[in-house]
Amino acid sequence: MLEIVLFYIASAVALAATIMAMTRTNAIHALIYLIVSLLGVAVIFYLIGAAFAAALEIVIYAGAIMVLFVFVIMMLNLGEAGSQREQQWLKPSIWLGPAILASILFVELLYVLSAVEGTASVGAIPVKEVGLTLFGPYVLAVEIASMLLLAGLVGSFHLGRRYLERSDEFFNQPNAVIKETNESNDSNEAAKTNEQNLSNQKTAPEVAWKD
Amino acid sequence: MEGLNVPLNHILLVASMLFAIGMLGLMIRRNIIFILMSLEVMLNAAALAFVAAGAHWGQADGQIMFMLILSVAAAEVAVGLGLVLQVQRRFKSLDMDNANRMKG
Amino acid sequence: MRDMIWLIPLLPMLSSISLMIFSGRLPKTLVAFMGAGSVALSALLTLLFAVNFLNNPEPVQLTLWTWIEVGSFNPGVAFYLDGLTLVMMSIITGVGFLIHLFSTEFMQDDDSYARYFAYLNMFVAAMLILVMADNLLLLYLGWEGVGVCSYLLVGFWYQSSDNGKAARKAFIVTRIGDTAMALGLFLLFSELGTLNIQAMGEVARTTWQVGDTMPLIACLLLLAGAAGKSAQLPLQTWLPDAMAGPTPVSALIHAATMVTAGVYLIARTHDLFLLAPTAMMTVAILGLATSLMAAFTALTQFDIKRILAYSTISQIGYMFLALGVGAWGAGIFHLMTHAFFKALLFLGSGAIIHCLHHEHDIFKMGGLRTILPVVFWSFIIGSAALAALPLSSGFFSKDQILLSAYLMPGVGPWLWFGGLVGALLTAIYSFRLVFVVFFGSVKTKPDNSPGLRMAIPLTVLCALAVVGGYFTIPVAEVFPPLGDHHPAFWVEAVSIAVPIVGVAIAYAVFLGGQLKVDGLKNATSGLRQFWFSHWGMDWLYDRVFVRPYYGLANLLSSEPLDRLYELVVSASQKLNQYLSDTQTGRMRSYVGSMIFGLIFVLALSLGVL
Repeated sequence: MLEIVLFYIASAVALAATIMAMTRTNAIHALIYLIVSLLGVAVIFYLIGAAFAAALEIVIYAGAIMVLFVFVIMMLNLGEAGSQREQQWLKPSIWLGPAILASILFVELLYVLSAVEGTASVGAIPVKEVGLTLFGPYVLAVEIASMLLLAGLVGSFHLGRRYLERSDEFFNQPNAVIKETNESNDSNEAAKTNEQNLSNQKTAPEVAWKD
Repeated sequence: MEGLNVPLNHILLVASMLFAIGMLGLMIRRNIIFILMSLEVMLNAAALAFVAAGAHWGQADGQIMFMLILSVAAAEVAVGLGLVLQVQRRFKSLDMDNANRMKG
Repeated sequence: MRDMIWLIPLLPMLSSISLMIFSGRLPKTLVAFMGAGSVALSALLTLLFAVNFLNNPEPVQLTLWTWIEVGSFNPGVAFYLDGLTLVMMSIITGVGFLIHLFSTEFMQDDDSYARYFAYLNMFVAAMLILVMADNLLLLYLGWEGVGVCSYLLVGFWYQSSDNGKAARKAFIVTRIGDTAMALGLFLLFSELGTLNIQAMGEVARTTWQVGDTMPLIACLLLLAGAAGKSAQLPLQTWLPDAMAGPTPVSALIHAATMVTAGVYLIARTHDLFLLAPTAMMTVAILGLATSLMAAFTALTQFDIKRILAYSTISQIGYMFLALGVGAWGAGIFHLMTHAFFKALLFLGSGAIIHCLHHEHDIFKMGGLRTILPVVFWSFIIGSAALAALPLSSGFFSKDQILLSAYLMPGVGPWLWFGGLVGALLTAIYSFRLVFVVFFGSVKTKPDNSPGLRMAIPLTVLCALAVVGGYFTIPVAEVFPPLGDHHPAFWVEAVSIAVPIVGVAIAYAVFLGGQLKVDGLKNATSGLRQFWFSHWGMDWLYDRVFVRPYYGLANLLSSEPLDRLYELVVSASQKLNQYLSDTQTGRMRSYVGSMIFGLIFVLALSLGVL
């Protein structure tokens, strides 16, 4: 009985927190709300017996991914001006259409899901069983997931490198750029010439502040 | 503990509501960070649906699926935030509409 | 001799081709010898053949080779000569030779001497093929040939664009008739299975009854072709303008030979026409109407050649009238006499024009009676024949026509009366011409007299115009007999008296001054203008055909049909524009459309949509 009430409370918290997260102008505020939402979902996981999933949700999702977001936001240092911009972009005329679309989708899903029968859970699922299933039938998925993570690792490493900034000099006109401090000591000459060859036919991107 | 006596479709409803909200955020926001956050919300909603379904049948497959979704989300966030950094460097702004070289 | 008749059209053809090849590099004397000489040789051969034929009146059928062989359709290049052909050949080569001789002096000072004779010889060759052909396809070949030569010769002095226009007008108007004739040929072949003229007659008699619609349609189409070539209603507007060509050309082509091709065609296919009495009546009425219209017009003209041109239209109308009432022999007889006196008149006017520095207006001429006596006598005799004064050749032929018309049951007397009115007018205008040009005071002085080469043809034609009426043309075997009735005596008397009355009227107005018509002139000046413009036919055709055609051509020159295809082009361009506008490059719009698509597909799969 208590669990049922708890379940509904947790769901309500998760929904409310998500709505708040979507509508904040300050990025950090939104992230905090998002973390709350994830915690609510974790509670739901625990209540239906998926304790391992609940733990993973908190540790990895809320603990790693959201923290990564926070780090990046802090690094980007958007500030008050960013908040102002966000407000400008959130006018009613903008979210009316998408709101309609989202509600239509929700209605459709409602229509589908209301035909589903059955109770939420039949009992807790022990973690051991999860582990056995993981390295039993799903061992291939584990390998592939690890390769995916490797790709993500390499990709994010490459995308975060500073030397890519130098290609900005080929794109930007002399009057436009606020140059960042160039402390790249890993200038890869081959990669740079590749970038040059690829980008010689392109035109310069827009550089101005978009307000 | 015993199974939760909540009808399955309630949980799925919650999941779809979360998904819709995330989609709404995806369509509305112009800042890349928020778009990525909306994507996370949507992924989370899908994961909730998976876990609920797995719990309904009493199998571990739902949680395994949840783990895979999690790893995908993690990889995607990493790469996505790298892209955010590049966009910030290039356009000096986080407006998504700046990246429209594919126009026409 | 009978096997050599193919030489008759061949000689002028060869002469024409060699003159075309070597034109400009031959001395004029040689050109004259070749040009006139080839026709002289043809005339000689025709004469020999005529002697042969008159002794042994058996038609000659000579096939040279098979032209086309498609299934059962195999017309050959084959000649069929009987009395009718002989008459036509004699006219063409005989009168043709005289005109060639006249031309050697008339065109003496022209630079394109060789070209002239080349065209003229080619014309003679084509006309000979026309009359000698034994099937309608070969006849059509000659038909087209003379049309082309007429175009080339009318526009001979091409440096002036008016001549070119006149030539084009001639060609285009006759072309309309030619197309109708071609349709007639198609119809005849599909119905009768052959285009051989003699065979066609027999097959037609067995296939069709008198009064059927098929022969009526075929004959009307052939009539349209004949009307085009012979300048009858409604295709007669080209002949007066065709006077832009040299005068011997007008004499040969537009008086004696080409314009008679239509008459020949109808006479040749008389077997078909006899099966369609309505068509024959159409021929007669058409001929009469044309004749009267042209006669009224000739009264008001002042260009000497145009008067003669309208006179030609009028006289050919008489021939059509004869054919229409069934008097085939009379029609052909009139054709022959008309060739004589009309060629005479044209050559005479050519002599005048030549001696008066190309002056055409009769009111600027006068008193030439004493200065150019040869021409004067030519005109007197020619006009007498034209007006059908008693004992001239024209008298006998026209008389036969009018009497045959009178004898026709039904509308006969009305046709006869119309013919009489025409005869009266003919007399008036022809002697108006004579009195104005040759009597009175001299207004333009000629600076030279016609030479021998002009005088000889004139003299010979004078003689022919006088004695030609006594010839009996050997066409009795060709045509069915007409019947042996004789009209009442008063009919003949009136027919004889009317031309004399006409001459008297002309004398009174133009020479003696007894009749003053100035008041009449002023009162009817509108009518006079109407007659002068040939009953407004040129104006009518301009409004009804030429202007709409030009309008249509202008409309189509902006390529309206291309607009349809351009529509396809512009539609696909617009589609491209629209589709590329959807590529905004912005993430949010892509996301939006993706979600929209998701919703749509979901709804579809749920069966809601």
